[in-house]
Amino acid sequence: MSASLLEVSDLTVDFGAVPAVRGVDLAVRRGETLGIVGESGSGKSVTALAVLGLLPRAAAVGGSVRLDGRELVGLPDKELARIRGSRIAMVFQDPLSAFTPVYRIGDQIVEALRIHRPQGRAAARRRAAELLDLVGIPAPERALDSFPHEFSGGMRQRAMIAMAIANDPDILLADEPTTALDVTIQAQVLDVLRTAQRETGAALVLVSHDLGVIAGMADRVAVMYAGRVVETAPVDELFARPRHPYTLGLIGAVPRLDGRGGPLVPIPGTPPAPGTVTGCPFAARCPLVEDRCRTAEPALTGDDGHLAACVRAGELAARAPRPEEVYPVPPVPPAGRPGEEILRVTGLVKTFPVLKGTVFKRRVGTVHAVDGVDLAIRRGETLGLVGESGSGKSTTLYELLALTRPEAGRIDLLGRDTAGLDRAGTRELRRAVQIVFQDPMASLDPRMPVGDIIAEPLRAQAAPRAQIDRRIPQLLRQVGLEPAHASRYPHQFSGGQRQRISIARALAVEPELLVLDEPVSALDVSIQAGVLNLLQRLKAELGLAYLFVSHDLSVIRHLADRVSVMYLGHTVEAGTVESVFESPRHPYTRALLSAVPLPDPVAERARTRILLAGDPPSPRERPSGCPFRARCQVHALLDDARRARCEQEVPLPQAAAPGVDHLAACHYPDA
Amino acid sequence: MTAVLDTAPAEPKSPAAPGRGRLVLTRLLAARGATAGAVIVLLLFLLAFAGPYLTPWDYATPNYTAIRQPPSAEHWFGTNGIGQDVFAQTVRGLQKSLVIGLLVALLSTLLAGLVGACAGYFGGWADRALMFLVDLLLIFPSFLIIAIVSPKLKGAGWLAFVLLLALFNWMITARVVRSMTLSLREREFVRAARYMGVAPFRIILRHILPNVSSFLIIDATVTVGGAVMSETALSYFGFGVRPPDVSLGTLLAAGTDQAPVFPWLFYFAAGLLVLFVLAINLIGDGLRDALDPTSDRSTP
Amino acid sequence: MIGYLARRLGYYAVLLVVAVFLAYALASAALGPRTYFEAKQPRPSAAAVDRQLTALNINDRTPVTTRFGVWAEDLVLHGDLGRTIHDTSVNEEFGRRIWVSLRLLLVGSLLGMALGVAGGAWSAVKQYRLPDRALTILSFVLLSMPVFLVALFLKNGAIAAKDATGREVIPFVGYETPGLAGGVGAHLADWGLHLLLPTLALALGGLATYSRYQRSTMLDVLGSDYLRTAEAKGLTRNRALLKHGLRTAVIPMSTMFAYNFLALFTGAAFTETIFAWHGMGEWFIQAINEQDVNAVVAVNLFAAVTVLAAGFLADALHAALDPRVRY
Repeated sequence: MSASLLEVSDLTVDFGAVPAVRGVDLAVRRGETLGIVGESGSGKSVTALAVLGLLPRAAAVGGSVRLDGRELVGLPDKELARIRGSRIAMVFQDPLSAFTPVYRIGDQIVEALRIHRPQGRAAARRRAAELLDLVGIPAPERALDSFPHEFSGGMRQRAMIAMAIANDPDILLADEPTTALDVTIQAQVLDVLRTAQRETGAALVLVSHDLGVIAGMADRVAVMYAGRVVETAPVDELFARPRHPYTLGLIGAVPRLDGRGGPLVPIPGTPPAPGTVTGCPFAARCPLVEDRCRTAEPALTGDDGHLAACVRAGELAARAPRPEEVYPVPPVPPAGRPGEEILRVTGLVKTFPVLKGTVFKRRVGTVHAVDGVDLAIRRGETLGLVGESGSGKSTTLYELLALTRPEAGRIDLLGRDTAGLDRAGTRELRRAVQIVFQDPMASLDPRMPVGDIIAEPLRAQAAPRAQIDRRIPQLLRQVGLEPAHASRYPHQFSGGQRQRISIARALAVEPELLVLDEPVSALDVSIQAGVLNLLQRLKAELGLAYLFVSHDLSVIRHLADRVSVMYLGHTVEAGTVESVFESPRHPYTRALLSAVPLPDPVAERARTRILLAGDPPSPRERPSGCPFRARCQVHALLDDARRARCEQEVPLPQAAAPGVDHLAACHYPDA
Repeated sequence: MTAVLDTAPAEPKSPAAPGRGRLVLTRLLAARGATAGAVIVLLLFLLAFAGPYLTPWDYATPNYTAIRQPPSAEHWFGTNGIGQDVFAQTVRGLQKSLVIGLLVALLSTLLAGLVGACAGYFGGWADRALMFLVDLLLIFPSFLIIAIVSPKLKGAGWLAFVLLLALFNWMITARVVRSMTLSLREREFVRAARYMGVAPFRIILRHILPNVSSFLIIDATVTVGGAVMSETALSYFGFGVRPPDVSLGTLLAAGTDQAPVFPWLFYFAAGLLVLFVLAINLIGDGLRDALDPTSDRSTP
Repeated sequence: MIGYLARRLGYYAVLLVVAVFLAYALASAALGPRTYFEAKQPRPSAAAVDRQLTALNINDRTPVTTRFGVWAEDLVLHGDLGRTIHDTSVNEEFGRRIWVSLRLLLVGSLLGMALGVAGGAWSAVKQYRLPDRALTILSFVLLSMPVFLVALFLKNGAIAAKDATGREVIPFVGYETPGLAGGVGAHLADWGLHLLLPTLALALGGLATYSRYQRSTMLDVLGSDYLRTAEAKGLTRNRALLKHGLRTAVIPMSTMFAYNFLALFTGAAFTETIFAWHGMGEWFIQAINEQDVNAVVAVNLFAAVTVLAAGFLADALHAALDPRVRY
């Protein structure tokens, strides 16, 4: 075993009296990839920042961080600055806010180069262009003169990686580098990270909440919970035989692309507030808890590089149970058969003018946000709407909910055309369709008590007071909260609880169709599982139909009956979940599916990946023919005659075979 | 920022979690400046309204036997050029200035909240028209307009003056409210209300205004101080409160020339003015910290 | 960027025309030049007053739109702002006074902004330490004083200094020593010395406002991701703060500049009067008392143009500082 390049031992970080990191030990060897996985608040990002001394002054850092044997904790800023960016470099989560908005990308990379190696501007600029080329940014010379806001998210993250490897660092710290990105872009950026690592021979420390990303990238993994490492092991070992109940629960809570059905394993409760627990911080949520867990915090022990901080680790190692054998899994009643059709959208179009000017606005272009979308949902059915950002899926929702005549196309809700609604009709449909938003903090008015929030749709429907008073406790119980919660304010609840409040509000007026706009993507995995289970139960109990919008294909696979894939405002593929996920026909769907990382290192390594080229085109440009052809892996291999068809003719949705519920809008499907 | 948020303690979920009002009050009391400011403002109000009953002298009655006397046990703040008691005049002036400040702040904040929220929420032509109005009113320093109009208002008294001050004092606040509304309008809870079929004015009343209220409260507080300053400045140059009415501004105007020789004619009024505005600003600053959930004075 | 600024300029031109018309109408309605002439001794005949008013284009019996038409035509075609109530040229008086006021406004606003931005940034970096607390207290006290009071305090201080030493240490009347002999240098020094107190009266207010604002934007920036990135690539904290932090935190100051200029203009008018500068502010107050419509409108025009120029400058500054608005 070679000596560690970076050795973190007993690292502690306190913000005032609040401990954020409580004794973390990590070792990074030259060239390896260490994954640090954990949910929000686990202290994983703080640990990464503490290594570089980048925490705010209010943070008190203790313990030791050694780089090649040299102690970094307590080093003066000037000394540390010499190490930052040259020996240890960092890639941050949100590449938009991580670049200084007022300087050009090139100047920021040049600055990074010239801090550590004095050199002429021209030479540094040439080097910067090489770096941008290395990370796959087209026309690097021109890109150098762009401002950060002119880049797409994926391009910015590439540039950020270019800047990080500018000085050939020994260690690359990446803090959630792909969290803000779409899945196909995530696949590209992860690929760039691998390239960067290969080119520089640097060790990579990858911090992420996504088990799939970690499984695909890491050699070794450390799982963090409540400010400590609770388990660490080589990646295969960790996923195959977790020894900490928390790790086991996490693996069971993730919906998977390659398997379906059955409830997910929810880890009950929420992580403890820092500094409030004696004993094992996971004890309150652990199904295997014993009395001794509550008195003393178990140490991180084990053998063969597989350590776990649990008194029953040995037992778990020996037995290797599946998650659902350890965690109680709530029964989900079987859903009934789908009923009649309640929503049909045909040929929906929505454009936005691109305006310029302050007072006298003039139109300088058109965004074709939705450019021909077809949807159909039956009672008791879940339709998953999948697409990356800019695909028009949110616009589709908002057009639906506007209940007005669409720009083009037709929307039939409960058998009524929304183009010709009178007041009473609008009011009835406002009741029948309710929405749950992505961010449970933003979707609840912070100034209103929960009871008033839930009552709002009832009041809008002019329900009598007595009925409102009766409904509120009933609804709260239905989503797994206490009636007494009605008098509290949203900020007094955790994310998962807030999303439950959102659901209760949507259910208040007994809707028939629930529109769910990324309802779990703001939640941690262990919390997400509980909400998904709740949605499944409600659907079965109340016979609801769901229009479930998500960028997360695993969640769709888990929950939906049918799925519809969107790209650049078009529906490109639709069908039953089984058919679309098992045998995707459209090249885009295939690329999308291959980009989703699996939380299974063995399967992840065995997969062939389709990497799409570039970013999706701007919806302001409306390409002729097939909207996907510029990035299409199939199109690239066609002969000229067949290509011409993609360039000239917009492909229409075609069924795989007559009468089969599986459409694809591609001239050469299954190619 | 995300890393710092990452470590923030989880939101309190115990049933004993304090309500928002209590939280604000606790934080406000913790800020020493704001507490001091509040005490000073209270005392000044007490002085302004109880003061006239404490002294036997009337603010308007001249006394030619006691001209320009320095402060004494009899005349606490001395007397002026025609023997009027300066204490009686000062508390009377203070009273007028405070009332004017409060009324102006109230009116202009109401106007700003309404115009800003409507412009932001409805957008389109309503927004453009209202913002053109704002820009138009912002072109001239309000002093120019008030000074031009004020001779016409001689008969209408100080209430007209209040209206005039309020009319030219709401624009910048309205701009801020508008831009806050623009972002609130796209917030999901407002969207949710729209999709539930809640009427626009109800949304403004129940969702928009409560969510800009922190800002409006702070702004109104600071505006009280600003309005008192405008009042004194205009009155000083003869465009505001007019004799026989007195305000701090008219007192300062009367005392200026004699300040180097008879300082009591000038510095009592000046001192009270500065003290009051200072106290108001301290409260405003404390409120800003207490109402803004992201600010935290406890971490050094 | 040029396109953006050109559009702003167009918008300002529209605003200016509407605003000037409204100011003209307001001044014509509120002021009573007729009473001014009727109060003259010996009292002129009604016909003579009417003649006089018509000659000056301020006769309230002519419709205000007609008067404005004549006034605007003269202004646009001949650059003529009309006659004062004493039948002298408004232009002459305007030309005499404008430089007096602009000198004060320019030096006062720039000095206030420079001091405020520097002080605010320093304050933020030293948050809760002695320099921050001292500057905070100072700006709170300054913010609590109307400009005219600051000016009066300064003037009284200068008077006290004169009384104590027996000679004028710092001049507090006028903008130059009348009949001063000596070369250009002596004149410049004399100007500077006269500028000192009035400019200070204006700049102190600016210092207080800008520094509070700059402090809070700077504090926002202190927690930003890009500052962390700058440090992560190897800049020391202080260099990162100066090069990346301050540079971004001054952007909102441009908006502030436009708003603050309004207050500054008012303050300048008062300051001029207190220090006996024969500038636009003093003229305005005098003109109102004399019911001099054309002079009042001229000062309003001056105000509108300077305020819009400040607004335009702020736009240009914003576009120059922030690449995101140059679309």
